Amino acid sequence: MYETADPKALIELHAVSKHFGEGATRVNALVDVTMSVFPGQVVGLVGASGSGKSTLLSVVGCVTEPSSGWMSLDGEIVYDQRWLSRDLRRLRLEKIGFIFQTHNLLPFLTGTENVMEVLELAGATSVDARTRATDLLDYLEVGHRKDAMPGTLSGGEAQRVAIARALANGPRIILADEPTAPLDSQRAGVVMDLLRRLATDQQTAILVVTHDESLFDRFDRIFRLKDGRPVSTEEAISPQGAMA
Amino acid sequence: MNLALRDIRHNMLRFALTALGLGGLLGIVVVMMGIYEGALDDALRLPRASNPDLWIVQPLTKGPFAEPSRLPRDTRDLVRRIPGVAASGAVTFQTVQAAANNKPLRLYIQGYEPGRLGGPPSLVAGHDITESHYQIVVDASSGLQLGDQVPLGPYRDPYTVVGLTQRMVNSAGDPIAWTTLLDAQAIQFAVAAPLQRREKAAGRSPLVTADINAVLVQLQPGVSKADVAQDISRWKHLSAVTEKQEEDYLTVFVISKMQTQLGMFMGILIVVSAVIIALIIYTLTMDKIRSIATLKLVGAPDRTIVGLIVQQALMLGVSGFGLGVALTAIFKGHFPRRVLMEPRDIAILFVIVVVICLLASALSVRAAVKVDPATALVSG
Repeated sequence: MYETADPKALIELHAVSKHFGEGATRVNALVDVTMSVFPGQVVGLVGASGSGKSTLLSVVGCVTEPSSGWMSLDGEIVYDQRWLSRDLRRLRLEKIGFIFQTHNLLPFLTGTENVMEVLELAGATSVDARTRATDLLDYLEVGHRKDAMPGTLSGGEAQRVAIARALANGPRIILADEPTAPLDSQRAGVVMDLLRRLATDQQTAILVVTHDESLFDRFDRIFRLKDGRPVSTEEAISPQGAMA
Repeated sequence: MNLALRDIRHNMLRFALTALGLGGLLGIVVVMMGIYEGALDDALRLPRASNPDLWIVQPLTKGPFAEPSRLPRDTRDLVRRIPGVAASGAVTFQTVQAAANNKPLRLYIQGYEPGRLGGPPSLVAGHDITESHYQIVVDASSGLQLGDQVPLGPYRDPYTVVGLTQRMVNSAGDPIAWTTLLDAQAIQFAVAAPLQRREKAAGRSPLVTADINAVLVQLQPGVSKADVAQDISRWKHLSAVTEKQEEDYLTVFVISKMQTQLGMFMGILIVVSAVIIALIIYTLTMDKIRSIATLKLVGAPDRTIVGLIVQQALMLGVSGFGLGVALTAIFKGHFPRRVLMEPRDIAILFVIVVVICLLASALSVRAAVKVDPATALVSG
């Protein structure tokens, strides 16, 4: 059944569908979505509101269960008519980093503590978690704000701390939902450059939901959805993008 | 990393105010427990002061504390002759409303025969009664000093304070005073001269009585209390109860209503405390729905979420409990009744607080466990 699975793909979906409700109230949120994302790629997921972008991101993030099809993450089949992993949270913790439109930092933790939390959840000691968190924040050039509470960070700073949190456990897959929405064009560009650097440096597969057409040339590929159906897959024209 | 502590640090003002309010409520519970324990301890001090083996009281009564008991004065002489009796003493009890130093003063007077059972326990100042009349030993809680004079009886004869005891009050919290048996009888039964003259003119006996309320008995070593009590009861016009039975009468018939009343108040306050904890923890949890969804999305197991909520509830409850105990310890001296903080009661209340914290957090835990991690992906 998985003959077509590409062992190199970090994200692979085959004929994945998702519907909500039944009968007259049935809504097809995703219809026969097949796609692959490879290491080092930054793929844009675009479409109008209600096209199924967020549902697709939620499915790939193992948050929403598909209705049919199969899906593999990092070479492991995780869904085939049912979830195959017994502990989806552990799977997310180890394989997936999430970046949100609104940074979703825990408001009662400092920047460092927000990053440390996911490291400790994965089993790191407090000392190791702090060292790793500090290194990541420095790498993302927000180390000078590591002890600040999220409420005192600027939008760009908060998003970098959120990215540090997403990277903390070294995930092979990063899912970003409108990561540049709250930022001005200059800061949005900085964040996209950062994602590009991460993909290249760490051979991570990054799937980015966005409405912002000015960012399209920064993706390796653009996966377009309409009414839950994939309508096109466009190779990027950006010289930055490079197919694996 | 302890998320509960971090969240409390973030909401310190709200947490501190809630803990203070809860501390006030739990402090009232501690005070009520302390008032009951204090009343019980106070009530038992009087029967224990003379340390008798037996109380001789009027038959078919539970006197002299739970109900009136009247005996002829010569009962003491009759009892003294029973084999096995080492010492005895006739006593009377009465409450009087007096005044001293221009202030109203309520006293519980015990009349006794100096040199016999029934006198005041160890004095903290002064000496025992040395004269037949108009001397009084009183508890220091009355505010009286040595040498003060207290007018008592129908003629308001001045009684001079010659000795002071400490922490000797009755079950109502009134200071105990000791006078000679004759003085106590006079205070209780003597009537004013005009009334005496009227009684005499009517051809009736003067209104004087020499009744007593009880006889205290100490037995010789090795003598069975039950055997002597049985001997005394055979006389039919007397009833003998052990010290333990007398204490039970006090506890069951005199203090029990107070216990029930305070117990009901405590129950209500504990329920109110539980509701407050539940509401606050639920509110704190609802404020954190997005954070909880994010935690779930990034891989936090349910035990992390549950731990966050339960620990917060426990921290709130334990902080409130600590504040309540501390406030009670600080202010207990300002209550009109003695507040006796027994470690056993404090420990029981602590366990109750822990249990209500766990119960109060159940609603929040249920709500948190149901949070869909996809909520974190929704903008807003």
